[in-house]
Amino acid sequence: MTAPPGHRRLARSLARALPVSPAVVLMALFLAGPIGYCAYIAFTDLQLTGQAHESFVGLENFRTAFDDEDFINAVWLTLVFTFLSSIVGQNTLGLALAALMQRASKTVRTITGAVVVTAWVLPEVVAGFLLYAFFRRDGTLNAVLDFLHLPSQNWLYTLPILAVSFANVWRGTAFSMLVYSAALNEIPKEITEAAEVDGASGWRRMWHITLPMIRRSIGTNLMLNTLQTLSVFGLIWVMTRGGPGNRSQTLPLFMYEQAFQKSMIGYGTAVALLLLLVGSLFSLIYMRLLRTEV
Amino acid sequence: MSSTPSARRTRSRKLAADIGLLAVAATFAVPLAWVLLSALDPKADVGMKAPDGITLDNFDAVLTDEITFTPMLNSLLLCGGGTLLTVISAALAAYPLSRYRSRLNRPFMLTILFATSLPITAIMVPVYALFVRVDLIDTMQGTIFFFAASQLPFAIWLMKNFMDGVPKELEEAAWTDGASPFQSLIRIVLPLMGPGVAVVTVFSFVMMWGNFFVPFMLLLSPDQMPAAVSINDFFGSKGAIVYGQLAAFSLIYSTPVILLYVLVARKLGGGFALGGAVKG
Repeated sequence: MTAPPGHRRLARSLARALPVSPAVVLMALFLAGPIGYCAYIAFTDLQLTGQAHESFVGLENFRTAFDDEDFINAVWLTLVFTFLSSIVGQNTLGLALAALMQRASKTVRTITGAVVVTAWVLPEVVAGFLLYAFFRRDGTLNAVLDFLHLPSQNWLYTLPILAVSFANVWRGTAFSMLVYSAALNEIPKEITEAAEVDGASGWRRMWHITLPMIRRSIGTNLMLNTLQTLSVFGLIWVMTRGGPGNRSQTLPLFMYEQAFQKSMIGYGTAVALLLLLVGSLFSLIYMRLLRTEV
Repeated sequence: MSSTPSARRTRSRKLAADIGLLAVAATFAVPLAWVLLSALDPKADVGMKAPDGITLDNFDAVLTDEITFTPMLNSLLLCGGGTLLTVISAALAAYPLSRYRSRLNRPFMLTILFATSLPITAIMVPVYALFVRVDLIDTMQGTIFFFAASQLPFAIWLMKNFMDGVPKELEEAAWTDGASPFQSLIRIVLPLMGPGVAVVTVFSFVMMWGNFFVPFMLLLSPDQMPAAVSINDFFGSKGAIVYGQLAAFSLIYSTPVILLYVLVARKLGGGFALGGAVKG
């Protein structure tokens, strides 16, 4: 006698799903678990030490956050950092490099590609350290400025957020460059040539033909850059520790300080949850951009 | 004989593009040149200068158990373990997703895609709190598990896309010979998608090797620290920073990922890591 067909089908489905289980278990325990836990402790007053039980405090942490000058400061700095380094810097520079590479000679293209990609492949902490040395009071940038008889200054003290933004551009532009190079290579030659014959100038061709044709790549690239930039920690940590004071303290660094240096895990997690929500929002937009792919 | 105006225009545009690119490349190269020069300079300083002679003393000074070998070995253990776990779980998971039709495939892949872009930084505080509760804090295996889990969404996404490129017909012969799906995955599908597996492996490894925040949060004892975290000791409480040694250590620590990148990029073309993921 055989098992009823319903059972057999169920058994077959389970056997087929079995190989997925190690991945699912790992992600459930170490990703979904912490996210769920995050959503829970954000509403408690959990502290690092000297506390028997945390208690539920409702929206208290969020109320504290929005009354906290340092939190507002971190939000602003995160916006400035993201706007300057991801949207203006990496994205625009990456597109410019990719566009120039279409016309440049092979040697120059290879050299530029190698240098820009090396900056990207280097570990985050090394990148932070190299740019720290670059921006220091007696570092290379000031040496160059002195040489050109331009005013030098202590960049990490006077304009820390600008320095870390530049560092993030240095480190992250390669990604945009690669995405845009791939996108530009896919534009059929005939289209640009036809426009050229019609007498459209370089800028007009860029604006009316090239950019509309790669708009999906632009969307994808902006999303991924922004998500990546929102969660930068090591780079800023190595360069400034968020300082001086809190003048380069973006949200991830603020969250870390609250949770560990001030041992307010509950409060730090509430900030983390906000960051996670913003990230999820961007992630959903990104998925809509890719929706035909799944 | 002179060239036509349009040929001349093409040439001058090419020249302009070359100059523009070289200017950017030169700016980007400054910090890289500094680290190379400083590592070889007996009296390296924070600013760039011509070295006072060439020496390997800086490398000599950092090539000790405490400064280089232990942290590098820890990095290798963490990232090697994490990568192995990631690649195996991702390959197993990708097989049914690519080979069988199911109503669950689409929601599963959408969840995976969503998870690829979540900011992992944001969950590190709760992960720390959770690891303290379950006693996984300051353990290699805990950190390896977390590394694997955080890399898995992207790895599964890539792996499934690569696997879709292997025609099903190739397996059917093996099935009629009585091979199990597992055997056909190991003997037929994975060997045929060698470049894909290489991409997932190298990408996972490089991401973990360069990651600072995860080991910084989850490991506490100095003897377990990977190079990503131990490099901060150069800045720490040990007084003045010895820039030459820090530069030498940076080079040692960066070399494996650069080599891996070059190796894979050579074989698969520059934008290798993006192929399966960011087709906008």
